[in-house]
Amino acid sequence: MESISYLWLIPLFPLLSFIIIVFLTRGLPKLSSIVCILSIFASFLVSVWALWSLIAALTGAHPSPEAMHHELTITWFTTGGVTVPLGLILDPLTAMMLFVVTTVSLLVQIYSTGYMAGDPGYSRYFAFMSLFTMSMLGLVLANNFVQLYITWELVGLCSYLLIGFWFQKPEAASAAKKAFVTTRLGDLGFLIGILILYFNTGSFVFADIEAGIKAGAIGGGVLTLAAVFVFCGAIGKSAQFPLHVWLPDAMEGPTPVSALIHAATMVAAGVYMVARAVNIFSAAPDSLVVVAYVGGFTAILAATMGIVMTDIKKVMAYSTISQLGYMMMALGVGAWGAGVFHLFTHAFFKALLFLGSGSVIHSVNNQDMRNMGGLGKHMKITMTTMLIASLALAGFPGFSGFWSKDEILAGAFNKDMLLFSVGLLGAFITAFYIFRAMFLTFFGEYRGQTAVAMADGGHHDSHRSDSHGSHGPHESPLAMTIPLMLLAIPALLAGFLGSPFTNNVFGTFISGGEHHAEEINYTVMAISSAVGVAGIFLAWLIYGVKAISADAIREAVSPIHALVVNKYYLDDLYLWIINAIVLGLSRAWLWFDLNIVDGVVNGIATLVGAFGGGLRRVETGRVPNYGLAIFVGTIVIAGWLVLSGSTP
Amino acid sequence: MLSINHFLFLGAILFCIGLYGALSKRNAVAILMGIELMFNGVNITLVSFSRFLSPATTIGQIFAIFIITVAAAEAAVGLAIVLAIYRSRRTISVENIDLMKW
Repeated sequence: MESISYLWLIPLFPLLSFIIIVFLTRGLPKLSSIVCILSIFASFLVSVWALWSLIAALTGAHPSPEAMHHELTITWFTTGGVTVPLGLILDPLTAMMLFVVTTVSLLVQIYSTGYMAGDPGYSRYFAFMSLFTMSMLGLVLANNFVQLYITWELVGLCSYLLIGFWFQKPEAASAAKKAFVTTRLGDLGFLIGILILYFNTGSFVFADIEAGIKAGAIGGGVLTLAAVFVFCGAIGKSAQFPLHVWLPDAMEGPTPVSALIHAATMVAAGVYMVARAVNIFSAAPDSLVVVAYVGGFTAILAATMGIVMTDIKKVMAYSTISQLGYMMMALGVGAWGAGVFHLFTHAFFKALLFLGSGSVIHSVNNQDMRNMGGLGKHMKITMTTMLIASLALAGFPGFSGFWSKDEILAGAFNKDMLLFSVGLLGAFITAFYIFRAMFLTFFGEYRGQTAVAMADGGHHDSHRSDSHGSHGPHESPLAMTIPLMLLAIPALLAGFLGSPFTNNVFGTFISGGEHHAEEINYTVMAISSAVGVAGIFLAWLIYGVKAISADAIREAVSPIHALVVNKYYLDDLYLWIINAIVLGLSRAWLWFDLNIVDGVVNGIATLVGAFGGGLRRVETGRVPNYGLAIFVGTIVIAGWLVLSGSTP
Repeated sequence: MLSINHFLFLGAILFCIGLYGALSKRNAVAILMGIELMFNGVNITLVSFSRFLSPATTIGQIFAIFIITVAAAEAAVGLAIVLAIYRSRRTISVENIDLMKW
């Protein structure tokens, strides 16, 4: 088994990029972007090498499960009986994630050179992006919970820094804070879970914990509890219910950030973590039920909210939450390969959807779909690539999302009919909302203004007092359209890796060579395709040819519509809870601190002062008084000495 | 006939009168006079101890002569201080000399 220590290079390159940009090229924006892109390209090459080495092991002369799984652990430090490890892992899951992260990151950075051009914080942007890429790569390479947790928090930090990139805008600053605090809440549960596992099995390393579980060191209720706590971290990071509220607000950040972090990679970290720890979860079947139902509920909840959004990025955000729910549901019903495959395909088509949205926003300087329309005439490349991604998302037969979502639904069909129906309904709604967005944006007549002054159509990334807002919608520069075209390729084709046409080579690879192509459930495939097409058809009826009036429907279900548009009042509920409980407690403590603690301290001071005030009257300044005092003192001392018999 | 006690009483009485004067007089010079009385009382006590307890060595008497010398010097310095106070404050009533009062 050859050494895998070269894998350290993968997160090292972006780290060097971060350091160089921060210390050296801060004032040279173009150079910063080149440094960042080169570093990620270098990581990409090493990742491809690692992936290739695994593929070679699989298809080579002596394939074996051991050859597909390499680990390297060193002890970072030991303190008080606790050994903190550092390690690397290389197995199909990690190799796939490395490939996805480096590819999408590379394309997003190239795109960003076009999107962020002219922004005063250009270098800072690429510095943070480098830091993020380093953290994410470190996360997927971690073979123990300590390293995972550290990089987990680091990606959360980078998310905060990048959401709040235009921090002068109050909404962006508070969105960043909201993201950080919400994920932190999940991370609290995560830490508790890690500690429970540590204290029962004595190690942070995944392999040791799994061995401990097999040996019975931890089981039953305690293991379920630990697994559920660990899942809390994924709930926060992957924006599942009830901690999904930060992701739509995170759209305040630049669109490439949304594409990279909040679509393809960081939010997928939660799914990755559950996939990595699947043996822990499997040993506690109740925890898998929790995972599946949280995922399923989130999927349908977010899909319903995606229908009513008018901001194009918000539609994508809720779509991401919903698709992450699908992945969790897959992992929960035991369709591990399906969940991971969906993560793979989703990364590409969702990143494409976001980058395409960014292209649209860049073109019309507006994020509100009510002000768009008819853009397909002017932005052919963007429209074509986004349509490909939408068809993938909707699960149209043949496109990548179809194969992955179909596998998930098949897995749910075999396990739990309730989840299957939820998934099916969600698929219908997904197809509907994404094509609603497409029809509103690219077809029909242009509803916006061509002048620079924009109507108050929601908030938009105000990243430029635009120089080219004076002409109408136009196609974006090459730096932005090339990544779109490059991403359309996997959005179209990546699904075939998991299809029967290739004997599900993805599934075989990801499970280390053990997987056998399973029988295709043609019923499920037919139903899900029909449902997807139905959703697209309905969207075409309402928004394409306007055969049914959207306004009429909205009027008819206005109370439900109000409920959904207000995000089921969840944000208001959380705000109320925070105000009542957190702020209420803090007000109580403030009263305590000001009145009691300060009261005691000030009281002691006042007391001492009073004593002093009384005692100073001894100093009369008159010598005879002092003489009397001396005399009396002498008498006292002499008398004491005599009476105590010290004098002979 | 006359024992040591008689002389010790005399010395004590003189000392107490002097102490009373030093502590209760308003006039600074009177306080100095009281201090002188205290010296005299102490001198008598010393001499009487020496005379009655070890008459051969005249330690007490010699000590008394030292005290008289020091008393004289101290009276001179004390009066000089009183004079300086009078020159700056126009009063030698110790009740009015209380700058160090709180």
